[in-house]
Amino acid sequence: MKSHVVWGASNMAHANVYVTLKKDILDPQGEAVKNALHTLGYKNVMDVRVGKYIVLTLENNSENDINAVVEEISKKVLSNPVIEDFSFDIVED
Amino acid sequence: MKKFGIIVLPGSNCDSDCFYAVRDYLEQDAEYVWHEENNLDRYDVLMIPGGFSYGDYLRPGALARFSPAVQNLVKEAEKGKLIIGICNGFQILTELGLLPGALMRNKNLKFICKHVTLKVEKVCAPFTSRLRVGQRISLPIAHKDGNYYASDAVLEELNRNEQILLRYDEDVNGSVQGIAAIISKEGNVLGMMPHPERACDSMLGNTDGMYIFGSVLDYLTKRGQ
Repeated sequence: MKSHVVWGASNMAHANVYVTLKKDILDPQGEAVKNALHTLGYKNVMDVRVGKYIVLTLENNSENDINAVVEEISKKVLSNPVIEDFSFDIVED
Repeated sequence: MKKFGIIVLPGSNCDSDCFYAVRDYLEQDAEYVWHEENNLDRYDVLMIPGGFSYGDYLRPGALARFSPAVQNLVKEAEKGKLIIGICNGFQILTELGLLPGALMRNKNLKFICKHVTLKVEKVCAPFTSRLRVGQRISLPIAHKDGNYYASDAVLEELNRNEQILLRYDEDVNGSVQGIAAIISKEGNVLGMMPHPERACDSMLGNTDGMYIFGSVLDYLTKRGQ
């Protein structure tokens, strides 16, 4: 039987997608934040990387392989593979 | 008369500059192309102007590549049509994969709006034939994300294939190897951060942009004979 989405009901999942600049790419925003933290006295902060956090709410049924879909979306749209890496976790409601 | 199609995306803001540069200074046919257009056959050249397409949401150029006109532009590019992406247009072309690399936030994190000196790296049809190697030209830049990045392997390839047309004379935004303008391997797709369309009217004090548009016209005219 085909399942139907009801908002707020339990057949939803959330994907938390994290996009950051690749490790070997200079992150000027991160550098600026790090310098600000040093100015404030937090000398033990060695590195700061600024990235994006994107939350997707998805229909969760057996017909969709949520992992594969989120992987594809992250690769195709949410990140630019030339300069960025991504990771994600999925929380089922 | 050669026909230039200027793609207008939600958030484009240099479309009029491109239009006037082509119509009034190059004296060719200029036409706006709404981003939902599906048939781009009739144009000799397609231009993606500067601006903030789709609010630059996610990344500059990231969402524009899903517009029908931009998808069709890819097909035209593959057929060998001349494509010029300026500023946001350059960002879109890299997001599309028509040009290698990516444009990141400027090294100093600031929006930079000024005239810069560019060094001509490569003279070739269809985009730089009116210039000579080593010549310095001046063009305005106006961007926050113009810091060109490419991996060492890609840079090596760009240099080997002579795809770099213009470099900044001094470091303005952190671009690797000072890269300001590149072409595709096939040579028909140009992406550049500086704005030639803003430097065509002598009343504005600089007509160096006409070197680029003039080269394009020379190429099209010669090809048409």
